[in-house]
Amino acid sequence: MSSDDFIGLGYLVAAALFILGLKGLSKPRTAVRGNQLGASAMLIAVLVTLTDNQIISYWQLALGVVIGATIGVVLAVRVEMTSMPQLVALFNGFGGLASVLVGAASFFEAVGRGTDDVQLNVAAAFTVAIGAVTFTGSIIAFAKLQEVWGGVVLPGARAFNIALVMASLVFASLMVANPDDRIWFWLLVASASVLGVTVTSPIGGADMPVVIALLNSLSGLAAAAAGFVLDNALLIVAGALVGASGLILTSIMTKAMNRSLVSVLFSDAPTAGDGLDAGDMYAGKVTSTSADEVAMLLDTASRVVIVPGYGLAVAQAQHAVRDLARALEEKGTEVVFGIHPVAGRMPGHMNVLLAEAEISYEALIEMDDVNTTFEQTDVAIVLGANDVVNPAAREAEGPIAGMPIIDVDRARVVIVIKRSLSPGFAGIANPLFAADNTMMLFGDGKAAVIEITKALEQV
Amino acid sequence: MDPIIALTLFVLAVFLGVEVITKVPPTLHTPLMSGSNAVSGITLVGALVSAGTEYSTLTTVFAIAAVALATINVVGGFLVTNRMLAMFAPKQRRRASDESDTQS
Repeated sequence: MSSDDFIGLGYLVAAALFILGLKGLSKPRTAVRGNQLGASAMLIAVLVTLTDNQIISYWQLALGVVIGATIGVVLAVRVEMTSMPQLVALFNGFGGLASVLVGAASFFEAVGRGTDDVQLNVAAAFTVAIGAVTFTGSIIAFAKLQEVWGGVVLPGARAFNIALVMASLVFASLMVANPDDRIWFWLLVASASVLGVTVTSPIGGADMPVVIALLNSLSGLAAAAAGFVLDNALLIVAGALVGASGLILTSIMTKAMNRSLVSVLFSDAPTAGDGLDAGDMYAGKVTSTSADEVAMLLDTASRVVIVPGYGLAVAQAQHAVRDLARALEEKGTEVVFGIHPVAGRMPGHMNVLLAEAEISYEALIEMDDVNTTFEQTDVAIVLGANDVVNPAAREAEGPIAGMPIIDVDRARVVIVIKRSLSPGFAGIANPLFAADNTMMLFGDGKAAVIEITKALEQV
Repeated sequence: MDPIIALTLFVLAVFLGVEVITKVPPTLHTPLMSGSNAVSGITLVGALVSAGTEYSTLTTVFAIAAVALATINVVGGFLVTNRMLAMFAPKQRRRASDESDTQS
């Protein structure tokens, strides 16, 4: 068996293990093992690659691996669960940049050795373009999530972005036609890098889950494109798997927000206040309540649904909510959590935040499933969520018309815990707050939940 | 590799990915993203070869940087996914030990 065959077979084993690993991630019971299978696949891939006889020197490999592993471990161990979206954005960015660098190094080497052809050059152009967009886009997404930089909305951004796409295509064609002239290569890198910035920077906070999922997909596609440059089947397969995964999540997220990918990327964000006047809607109709009153309601309830939003994470109220849920369960009350797909800042984020507070994943119910149960629900508690429970989404027209929501207003009583009547990301008033069966408990989410739990123990 | 074969491989892998990942429940979407992110660090394999061939200073520097970046992705990605999944685990572990108790 030749060395190439050995490496090829090793890659086949790794590819199979990646697929089994992703399959394992589809159930909480098998997920840990799935992740370990993925990690073993990566280890096998790296080890067989090291036997490649093109490699004549190992010190630089060790250097890169040691630096990368150290940074990776520190980031992974220290990150707070609330910051997971930022970390994933950062990792996506690193993956994108790695693909740009690999694409560049292989392209330069092939051109220098005279082994390049049209296929290789086209693949290299794809790799660096996708990689560069992923890199700068992810860094902007990171900065926005970390609240280092808010981003800007420039007039004419849409036309500018289209012009950049066209320019990138021109530079890519020139690069393929004149591979010896490196200027086209660098112009392509530059235009794609700027495109990543200008597309990502106007995107608002509520659309972040879509952006993160899309960048995740692009980082995979960049790796797959690098596989075409290097003629490496494992890169193609693994990159395609990640690209598909990110695309599915992107489509789930855009559906959950009733937006199209194009409208997110070209940021025709919902305009505030259309047809809903907050003053009129709320005037004289908002009922405010106290922790004691809520505790009395909860004491007689047999089923309670808690609907968390990102506000819960901001208030660091996860553990307080867990204590409330436990206190209710001890009284024999059924407590479940209704999770909207965009409740957090990335797909599935809220589930992780609640799991960290040791709330069982079995108590976390998806939107569609929880919506069928509100007729039998005595009390629904909305905590730090707003737009995702706004019944205005059921109207035929309006900024959030058609967005799937959690139907808390169909519960017997709705308690909304919130600092004020201020609108959510969509910038519109919420008729739920003025509904007859809704009571507002004004205050800090964490403090309010702790008070309710205390009051409940004294009932 | 023949480019058509490479393209076939890519398209089939996309279909396979769609089939496998559609079944992942929303609870596991965040670990799925961080885990798939680690998988996209597969670029590491390409970076290793590029760095090891020492073709020119520029390509070697680029490739070493790529090795470092891709390793962050791989190591950090799998580790943080493991950390998250462990939080979903306590109940399973108890159940697993119950099962082994009844078997023994």
